[in-house]
Amino acid sequence: MISLNHYLVLSGILFAIGTAGVFLRRNLITILLSIEIMLNAVNVTFVAVGRYLGTVDGQIITFFVMTVAAAEAAVGLALVIALFRHRETLSPDAFTLLKW
Amino acid sequence: MDLNAIGFFVFAAIAVLASLGVVAQRNPMHSVMLLIVSFGALAGLYVLLDAPFSAVTQIIIYAGAIMVLFLFVVMLLNAHTEADAAPPVLGPRGMQIGALLSMLLAVELVWGLSRLGLTWFGNDPATIANISSVSRIGLAIFTTHAFAFEVTSILILVSMVGAVVIARRGQ
Amino acid sequence: MPAFVNPTVVAHLVLIFVVMNLLVLSSAFMVWMERKVCAYIQDRVGPNRVGYEGALQPFADVLKLLFKEELRPKAADAFIFAIAPILSTVAALAAFSVVPFGTETTLFGLLSEPLRLEVTDVNVAVLVVFAITSMGVYGIVLAGWSSNSKYSLLGGLRSSAQMISYELSYGLALASVVMLAGTLSLREIVLNQSGYWFQFIPRWYIFLQPVGFLIFLTAGVAETNRAPFDFPEAEQELVAGYHTEYSSMSFGLFFLAEYVNMVTVSAVATSLFLGGWLGPLLPDWLGWIWFMIKVLAILFFYVWMRWTLPRYRYDQLMEFGWKWLLPAALINLVATAALVIWLG
Repeated sequence: MISLNHYLVLSGILFAIGTAGVFLRRNLITILLSIEIMLNAVNVTFVAVGRYLGTVDGQIITFFVMTVAAAEAAVGLALVIALFRHRETLSPDAFTLLKW
Repeated sequence: MDLNAIGFFVFAAIAVLASLGVVAQRNPMHSVMLLIVSFGALAGLYVLLDAPFSAVTQIIIYAGAIMVLFLFVVMLLNAHTEADAAPPVLGPRGMQIGALLSMLLAVELVWGLSRLGLTWFGNDPATIANISSVSRIGLAIFTTHAFAFEVTSILILVSMVGAVVIARRGQ
Repeated sequence: MPAFVNPTVVAHLVLIFVVMNLLVLSSAFMVWMERKVCAYIQDRVGPNRVGYEGALQPFADVLKLLFKEELRPKAADAFIFAIAPILSTVAALAAFSVVPFGTETTLFGLLSEPLRLEVTDVNVAVLVVFAITSMGVYGIVLAGWSSNSKYSLLGGLRSSAQMISYELSYGLALASVVMLAGTLSLREIVLNQSGYWFQFIPRWYIFLQPVGFLIFLTAGVAETNRAPFDFPEAEQELVAGYHTEYSSMSFGLFFLAEYVNMVTVSAVATSLFLGGWLGPLLPDWLGWIWFMIKVLAILFFYVWMRWTLPRYRYDQLMEFGWKWLLPAALINLVATAALVIWLG
């Protein structure tokens, strides 16, 4: 039998994988992909808890998260393209002009 | 083990392995492909959770729209592998600490959730029919959450304009 | 014998097997029909050597393709190059799984409970069709990118832009029918179209949604990358588009996917607008004959259009999709919604 805990643990693991991607990867596109992984991990929790509570609210929040993710991806990728035009690289470490 | 449990473990394993692949992969194109696989597995999990609408929107919005956008950008920039032009700002130590932190997060989350005590899903057919019904979701979105829905539409419009402005080549 | 091996399960498995093979066979039939119709449109005879009137020609072609050497460009991404045609074909075949093509049958009392003539009945069938259709773009984009050839890449980019643009109108046309029917299940949508107005006009949604039907057909042609919207493979400018670098059976798989996609779009259009398997004269259990006739009519229309109309220019295609088709679909949707509310 599968309990709510199974889904929550899965969601936690996925979220941690997403954070690892943000920490470890040095490619802007992969970092954006890792953020998508985190958003999806949260979605799993929402749907699972919604199922547990017997309401549709969890699915509705998932729906909103998806639309926000779409907006985020559009703007994020536009930024990536603009940055790539400047420096011909996707490494976040190359954009340090404002650091000192 | 019933079918539900087998389904859960299969989809969960696919989702975790594919997500690991996304993070570990050096080729962005392969990362995008693996993320689509992961999203497909999550859609399968939503079906197991009696949320077919979420499963289908997951495929339509995430796999069908957002990932195509990523694919486009990867194709457009044609940056095959990770560029090692700039040295990591935080040095190699920073990466190690990052890896440690995310591992710590995973351990902490799993540990915390394991102390929660097993919580079972209800099996009332009326409730299940209620949450898997698309018309219920529609009613809730357009009545209870109408304001949030309208705000999201404005958000999408703003981000669309923003994306066009940012990505446009300066004249 | 385990509990799950019972006649109903076996019947379902047989049904899945039959549907899949019929789809593959239908694409062979479509190749033959396309060549014959095109030949007659151009005042030729077409294939007439292999089998009766060349009916076995597609099989001979497949046999030839199977024995060809499988070539892969040196700079291609091997893995993605290999799975792209498979993705295309799987997406094309999978979309048919929720399309109902007949009433329930017990196969002359062979089964204890009636078997529904469709692979699976899900309550969000329309959305599933939409989702799988939107996955079809991957096969083409990935084929174009992984070939590492400029023609392939251009073809892939064009086709993805085209498919994403026309998907919106496609979805809005679907939504207007869903609004009329009040359900997302294709079987229920078909059943809602039974009966007649004034004793002789069938209650098909095409009469309530003529604009929706036209939008759906147009967007469907664009979705399946057929002429006059066949940019991905515009042979005069792009050699063969996204499958330029493909040879042997992986090329054949793209071909298969294209024709199966056409069959699926026609089948969905039949279910949504033309009353599916419902029709006069024939008894209920022969409804699938009506279904096939209607699908065939739409397919013929497709072929006819391809060999009659010239190709659009790419910017014209985008302009048409965004400036004409999408507003028309939106207005149609709003008008339908208003009518549904007004008439109850």
